[in-house]
Amino acid sequence: MNSASCAAKISTQPFSLNPTSPASHDRPLVSPKPASLFLGSTRKLRLSSSSKLNLHRRSGTVVAVSDVVKQKKSKSTHSLLITKEEGLELYEDMILGRAFEDMCAQMYYRGKMFGFVHLYNGQEAVSTGFIKLLKQQDSVVSTYRDHVHALSKGVPARAVMSELFGKTTGCCRGQGGSMHMFSREHNLLGGFAFIGEGIPVATGAAFTSKYKREVLKEADCDHVTLAFFGDGTCNNGQFFECLNMAALWKLRIVFVVENNLWAIGMSHLRATSDPQIYKKGPAFGMPGIHVDGMDVLKVREVAKEAIGRARRGEGPTLVECETYRFRGHSLADPDELRDPAEKAHYAARDPITALKKYLIENSLASEADLKAIDKKIDEVVEDAVEFADESPVPSQSQLLENVFADPKGFGIGPDGRYRCEDPKFTEGTAHV
Amino acid sequence: MAAIFQGVGAAAALSSSPSNSFDSKKFVSSPCRPFSVRKGASFAVVRSDGRVNLNPKGRRAQQLISNAVATKSDSAAASSSSKPGHELLLFEALQEGLEEEMERDLRVCVMGEDVGHYGGSYKVTKGLAKKFGDLRVLDTPIAENSFSGMGIGAAMTGLRPVVEGMNMGFLLLAFNQISNNCGMLHYTSGGQFTIPIVIRGPGGVGRQLGAEHSQRLESYFQSIPGIQMVACSTPYNAKGLMKAAIRSENPVILFEHVLLYNLKERIPDEDYICNLEEAEMVRPGEHVTILTYSRMRYHVMQAAKTLVNKGYDPEVIDIRSLKPFDLYTIGNSVKKTHRVLIVEECMRTGGIGASLIAAITENFNDYLDAPIMCLSSQDVPTPYAGTLEEVTVVQPAQIVTAVEQLCQ
Repeated sequence: MNSASCAAKISTQPFSLNPTSPASHDRPLVSPKPASLFLGSTRKLRLSSSSKLNLHRRSGTVVAVSDVVKQKKSKSTHSLLITKEEGLELYEDMILGRAFEDMCAQMYYRGKMFGFVHLYNGQEAVSTGFIKLLKQQDSVVSTYRDHVHALSKGVPARAVMSELFGKTTGCCRGQGGSMHMFSREHNLLGGFAFIGEGIPVATGAAFTSKYKREVLKEADCDHVTLAFFGDGTCNNGQFFECLNMAALWKLRIVFVVENNLWAIGMSHLRATSDPQIYKKGPAFGMPGIHVDGMDVLKVREVAKEAIGRARRGEGPTLVECETYRFRGHSLADPDELRDPAEKAHYAARDPITALKKYLIENSLASEADLKAIDKKIDEVVEDAVEFADESPVPSQSQLLENVFADPKGFGIGPDGRYRCEDPKFTEGTAHV
Repeated sequence: MAAIFQGVGAAAALSSSPSNSFDSKKFVSSPCRPFSVRKGASFAVVRSDGRVNLNPKGRRAQQLISNAVATKSDSAAASSSSKPGHELLLFEALQEGLEEEMERDLRVCVMGEDVGHYGGSYKVTKGLAKKFGDLRVLDTPIAENSFSGMGIGAAMTGLRPVVEGMNMGFLLLAFNQISNNCGMLHYTSGGQFTIPIVIRGPGGVGRQLGAEHSQRLESYFQSIPGIQMVACSTPYNAKGLMKAAIRSENPVILFEHVLLYNLKERIPDEDYICNLEEAEMVRPGEHVTILTYSRMRYHVMQAAKTLVNKGYDPEVIDIRSLKPFDLYTIGNSVKKTHRVLIVEECMRTGGIGASLIAAITENFNDYLDAPIMCLSSQDVPTPYAGTLEEVTVVQPAQIVTAVEQLCQ
């Protein structure tokens, strides 16, 4: 199954995470380790189609955070993966993501936002686990399920909510919407509606990082790019093409698969010949890692390695996060196909509940601390809604702005003047 | 005769010649008087009555020399060996433009299949990899959609990539990235990210290359909001447009033609660009406006010889900017001649000509004495057989007939 060849340059074995090792940024992902609890731990699912797809999968158990802690306590004196500050930061970020998305649902049904809105409930561990390790200059590329990536990266909740309400104060001036969150300041490169089309953009950002270092001689440029996408995307050509290019040129990128098992109503198992996505990494010459995406601490450990690897210039990594979305694909999805037992199974593994339990059991935080954070975030989200409500809608004058960086691109009109010089242009009523 | 000269120098140098003899034998578009080239010069417009206006109202003075090269010289002046400039082929002009921009700005890089070690399938990037290295002239795997997207991501994060489609037709594979990301990201990001990318490559009908290598993508891309499209046709405008496209903050698609790469012309030694949004006056005339671009320009000029012998005086404009159209140059011409013939290599359906007809009708209907005629390629996949291929594209004889019909 897994090729055991030890070609020096390429790690062909999927990386496995040793849960007992201390949290460290520096350990390189070089030596293959025997498969741990985390690898190949695919869930047993009730399939609506034939079960012959199950042939090659081992059934494993997914370990919850608290189990890991129990093991660790018995094996070493290093028992904690995070400090109190880190723990609270992670908790706050996940609560923000959850509260924000819940508010989005409310606002959508109240008619404040429209169109396709894809919520991230349940997947917070992935966004928080990865993005909180990044620097501001690192880039994140996401998909249409991008609200929480934006929040984790530092885009203010106000800006995201306004964007969803279609107001000028939105992060994209109301021109992007739910599926197109961008922030130059926070290096959030989108927000893409078509799956897979963000991956090449992420590869390009990673290319720029390499170019800056090698051509522009910015020797300390080690910016890393994270590309987030789902299980459905992993059957798309752009995914494979970019895995190839990223590994070929050793780009500073981490490919993060948010495998929530469902592409709208298409089960991953019905769409994919080999559903174990992490195995596709070694085929292109990069490590492929599978991690429990409902556990923010595990995700964070894997992320540290992968991001560290990229930052050191050792090349890309493919990380498959096994996760789940508690809501439907979008707010328009009736979500009738998924088995209630499956949903219940994952609801019991809510990443926020898990982290809370960990923090309290390890005396990193008290109930009161966490409640205070809950309250704070509630206020942030309320404030965001208020702000968005009170913000102005774009006037027609905004229509023609930003189509071109250089508005001369609208060309020369019959009167010899550039169309952008027409006073009606700034009113948005010019004939272009 | 109205000649719109832009760019350079003393107005005195631009006085229009009273004689109307233009030798269209030589497809050398050099100015009929040597310009004294000065950076930062404002430009002048020579009006049809010979008056010269400096900085006519409404046009911006341009920092760089922007030259819509106009009239053809008569052969006597053209063959002078003491002429300034240097002679080269069109693909070399493209290469020169690219090389100069890469020297000027370290952020300019090239990506595409076989652009590096191979030097480009049409040698446009020959020698550049040796000079600038494998990262600045990147040989990509065969993955158009992804490397175009990579170029877009690089452009968003500060580089200025030039993405080459080995054949323009291959860029159909990149349509997702070109339409969604290249054209739209500046807008959907609320103006936060610019995409100063140039996408270029050879297209058009060649010599029996078969249907898939003979495509004209300008008609497919023209609706994409947020992009500009230009088509080069001479070494002079090839270099000028290449440079302008690279310097532009907008995404620009530069269409080259497979059969034009070996055209020879003398071009200036000095730095110059060609304005992306302007059309080029190839041959001023009085009787009919012929709008064309890329290779069809040469079929038109060949037909023009015949037409001149038959006593017609066609005005030939190379529209150059396929998106947006230069409605000023076109409009002025329509207002003068009142008859329009469009000659293009695009398909008849949904081509550039179709859009041009719409634009002209919308804006200048009152000035037309006859319906606009449009000669396009047949709506067929380009056949391999030479005889059939010949009749899918517009030939000079058809152009002559069309003008005769139009001028009845």
